[in-house]
Amino acid sequence: MADSTSVAERSDAHGEDGTRRDFLYLATGAMTAIGAAAVAWPLIENMNPSADVLALSSIEFDMSPVEVGQSVTVAWRGKPVFVRHRTPEEIAEANAVDISTLRDPQADSDRAEKPEWLVMVGICTHLGCIPLGQKSGDPKGDFNGWFCPCHGSHYDSSGRIRVGPAPRNLEVPGYEYLSDTLIKIG
Amino acid sequence: MDKFLQNPIVQWIEYRLPIFSFMNHSIVVYPTPRNLNYWWNFGSLAGIALTIQIVTGIVLAFHYTPQADLAFASVEHIMRNVNYGWLLRYVHANGGSMFFIVVFIHLFRGMYYGSYKAPREILWMLGVVILLMMMATAFMGYVLPWGQMSYWGATVITNMFTAFPIVGDWLTTLLWGGFVVDNPTLNRFFSLHYLLPFMIVGVVVVQLWGLHVHKPTNPLGIGMKGPQDSLPFHPYYTFKDMFGLGVFLLVFAWLVFFAPNLLGEADNYIPANPLVTPPHIVPEWYFLPFYAILRAIPDKLMGVIGMFGATLILFLLPWLDTCKVRSAKFRPFFKMAFWLFVADVLILGWVGKNSPEGMFIIIGRVASVYYFAHFLVILPLLGKFEPTRPLPESIGKPVLKGGGEMASGAVAAKMEKS
Repeated sequence: MADSTSVAERSDAHGEDGTRRDFLYLATGAMTAIGAAAVAWPLIENMNPSADVLALSSIEFDMSPVEVGQSVTVAWRGKPVFVRHRTPEEIAEANAVDISTLRDPQADSDRAEKPEWLVMVGICTHLGCIPLGQKSGDPKGDFNGWFCPCHGSHYDSSGRIRVGPAPRNLEVPGYEYLSDTLIKIG
Repeated sequence: MDKFLQNPIVQWIEYRLPIFSFMNHSIVVYPTPRNLNYWWNFGSLAGIALTIQIVTGIVLAFHYTPQADLAFASVEHIMRNVNYGWLLRYVHANGGSMFFIVVFIHLFRGMYYGSYKAPREILWMLGVVILLMMMATAFMGYVLPWGQMSYWGATVITNMFTAFPIVGDWLTTLLWGGFVVDNPTLNRFFSLHYLLPFMIVGVVVVQLWGLHVHKPTNPLGIGMKGPQDSLPFHPYYTFKDMFGLGVFLLVFAWLVFFAPNLLGEADNYIPANPLVTPPHIVPEWYFLPFYAILRAIPDKLMGVIGMFGATLILFLLPWLDTCKVRSAKFRPFFKMAFWLFVADVLILGWVGKNSPEGMFIIIGRVASVYYFAHFLVILPLLGKFEPTRPLPESIGKPVLKGGGEMASGAVAAKMEKS
């Protein structure tokens, strides 16, 4: 082994050993990473909504008792959903706005499938407070819609942000009409 | 490592908090006896088992409700609704068993190789403290699902305190926070079940500190006399520990995925009912030998003392075994006594699993007496009369031919210095 003639052989063998060792290191490292990810996954995923929470993710709501000009708040996934039976004036106001001047441009027709019924999640898009304007005595803001008392966001009669820190319009949840006045939210 | 320590950021931290040299010293270059066998894996495995219990336990507490009316349902909620809840709970429940298996092997290894002897008595006693804390933690954890076995296990164990004269009833009421095991008991058990593992971590840290003072023992039970007797901890023992971990995880995974309820009691899937005791009450397997001792003694107070004494006597082991030779390798009679003791503990476990009737009463009593006789009679006598085999000169000598190249010449001179 130690004599000079075998030097070439040894370096060859060494080269091969190096490759094999590199492979083993990489394979070990890769398996360790996969194992760590497999362990981490359930430890994180368990924090997501559980089956019983997801089972409550859609509700049905009968809108027939809601009079024109009246608002009702229903709970969906623990969140308040505003259902407003809008007056013709409110619908006209909502349609009269030049959409290009809005912070979050959206036509009223894109927000309410049937113009007289506005359905949206009653959570301010700023930091999650519930805007005022559901009850008759509430301040409705400068645009005859909703006003968030936390940081002063004004929403119009279509629930679109007009003034204040909120970045987006009040969210319209996915919903469908099961009949003329029965909707399924979620 | 040297190159790593040259890094300016590393040096900046190192100057303020010498954590890198500390790590290098204690888990990289740390001189470890070169002859440690696989029985020395169980210390690190115990640490890993504790970590698994803490991590899964914290996550389970996200979903568990420690309230008597809701606890059982919340455990079922974990099993059925929570994403991977079944996995987390089965890992935690079986992890407790794995932790005990590992710790029992660790403890028996310490007994076989005389790890408790000077200067490691405090290490051993800290280990017994950890064992006691583990038992308390495991017991209180078993109460949390609030099934029939939880409830009646809690009732039986806490009732042991009524055996103490005068203060017994007062003490038990204090433990319960009521007149029976009830919601207040569940609340405090949950709180303590969460607290104790972190206290165990504290004792483990102290134990490791002590371990690093005199280094681990080894199968020969003789000290390291020089560098030829040791190997750096990394990579030799890091990889040996990792291989052992792989085997441990295989067994653990088999238990979790193929037999998750093997070590549990079916009765614990019945919600707790304070008005009906299940026909056959048994504790978890790791308490069975102690349970057998409790039942073997036909007196309430003495039974409780015997049961606690069976663990507490371990504190005295360093002084009951007076033999100067550590390892059972060189103590032929102690070796036999050791295996008889292991068999005795297994028999006690078997007796504990069965109803205390007929022959089990006799066997339980004989095995209980032998348990204490091992410590109080056999070990002191062996220490006095046992002829021990001669010890090798050094750890290196049997493995390095004729004392090894290193052991002679230059290194021998080094040895004398050290």
